[in-house]
Amino acid sequence: MSENKTKPLIEMIGVEKFFGDFQALKNIDLEVRKGQRIVVCGPSGSGKSTLIRCINRLEKHNGGRIMIDGIELTDKVEDIDAVRREVGMVFQSFNLFPHMTIVKNLTIAQQLVRKTTKAEALEVAMHYLERVKIPEQADKYPIQLSGGQQQRVAIARALCMKPKIILFDEPTSALDPEMINEVLDVMVDLAEDGMTMICVTHEMGFARSVADQVIFMDQGEIVERASPVDFFDNPANERTRAFLDQILSH
Amino acid sequence: MNFDWNLVAESLPQMLAGAGITLQLLLVSGVLGLILAILLLLMRISGKFYLDWVAQVYIYVFRGTPILVQIFIIYYGLPQFDAVRDSMFWHLLREPTGCAILALTLNTGAYVSEILRGGVLGVDKGVLEAGSALGMSARQKFIYLTAPLATRLALPAYSNDVISLLKSTALASTITIADMTGIARTIVADTYAPYEVFLSLAIVYMIFTLGIQKLFARIEKYLGRYTRREE
Repeated sequence: MSENKTKPLIEMIGVEKFFGDFQALKNIDLEVRKGQRIVVCGPSGSGKSTLIRCINRLEKHNGGRIMIDGIELTDKVEDIDAVRREVGMVFQSFNLFPHMTIVKNLTIAQQLVRKTTKAEALEVAMHYLERVKIPEQADKYPIQLSGGQQQRVAIARALCMKPKIILFDEPTSALDPEMINEVLDVMVDLAEDGMTMICVTHEMGFARSVADQVIFMDQGEIVERASPVDFFDNPANERTRAFLDQILSH
Repeated sequence: MNFDWNLVAESLPQMLAGAGITLQLLLVSGVLGLILAILLLLMRISGKFYLDWVAQVYIYVFRGTPILVQIFIIYYGLPQFDAVRDSMFWHLLREPTGCAILALTLNTGAYVSEILRGGVLGVDKGVLEAGSALGMSARQKFIYLTAPLATRLALPAYSNDVISLLKSTALASTITIADMTGIARTIVADTYAPYEVFLSLAIVYMIFTLGIQKLFARIEKYLGRYTRREE
């Protein structure tokens, strides 16, 4: 099914999301195909994070439909579990399990959710720790690592579940400047490997070089979607231009 | 007034003979109370309003009345019911020790469940979201994430309650139990020397408290190993 070129991996149709009276998402339509790399940007409070959090049901949408790899997200717990098995997520504040060593962070969900054996889970964990270039930290606790290292562990943890899609929710926003590149390098590496990715980020350099589509959101709406070249050099919408002027002015 | 050191030397070993009873009251009601507290906690966070409500009423009643009154109600009140006298628990409840353990258990359970709930509320929501995003079920998240993290967070307040429970055991002496305080009261009745005897008794409780503090400091150090940057 997932190899089917005609069917998108993620399909959102007219999605609406309310927090009380506040409408966080307005009539969102989005299609993501296998291997696509989408960057979502926009001012704070524009609904970027809410958008991707609806994809793995960390937020429950109030209207419209969301289909992930052919499964529609409803209240059905089995469907939510099935979608979460296919969708990895990397958070702004890393959210590693603080009471588990790095390697345990990487193996626990494999064993509990994927039901892999301990030995197998360990092998997968070490493989991805090597890939994010910190195998020597395997037996430490998260607090003993730098922010950049913790975020790389978080990416490795998501990869251990062999997801079809990874969602990045401002993965470099909580990092000191000198650690941003080590995380972006891992993300570029993933993109080159063909991973399907949706990244909420303000790293415009990353958007320009890696994305095949940039989405601009404002006040809960998708205002503009374009290739990076068009988006940065020739934005169609007034609000996009104002936003770009602001963040690129320094 | 003269301080009678000989009386201290004589009464200390007698009071320490009651240490076994004091520790028994502490340990048995401490363990049973913890089990009760976990049950109440699960009811509180179950999301089922009727379970939550029952637990809340229970906690309100047992925190809202003096432990001494609870001991009296159980010791003097329960035997008046035929159902209690006919029940399988009668051989426990006819003994004052059984009544004291029951009262202490019911009381500490109410307090500790709220301490544990504080720990559960303190767990970082982001960590639980990460668990959800990885596909962990609600039960798996509770067992592998919430429970260990909440235990660490609740520990300092819990040790406070254990120390408090140690001193509540002294109230058992009011229903004829010969714990350390009960023995001390008997000695005072014989000797009319409350100053020496109760001061010695106070020091014994302080030594016990010190032991509990040291024990919890060790547990805290072990459970908190992941909160320190340096090994």
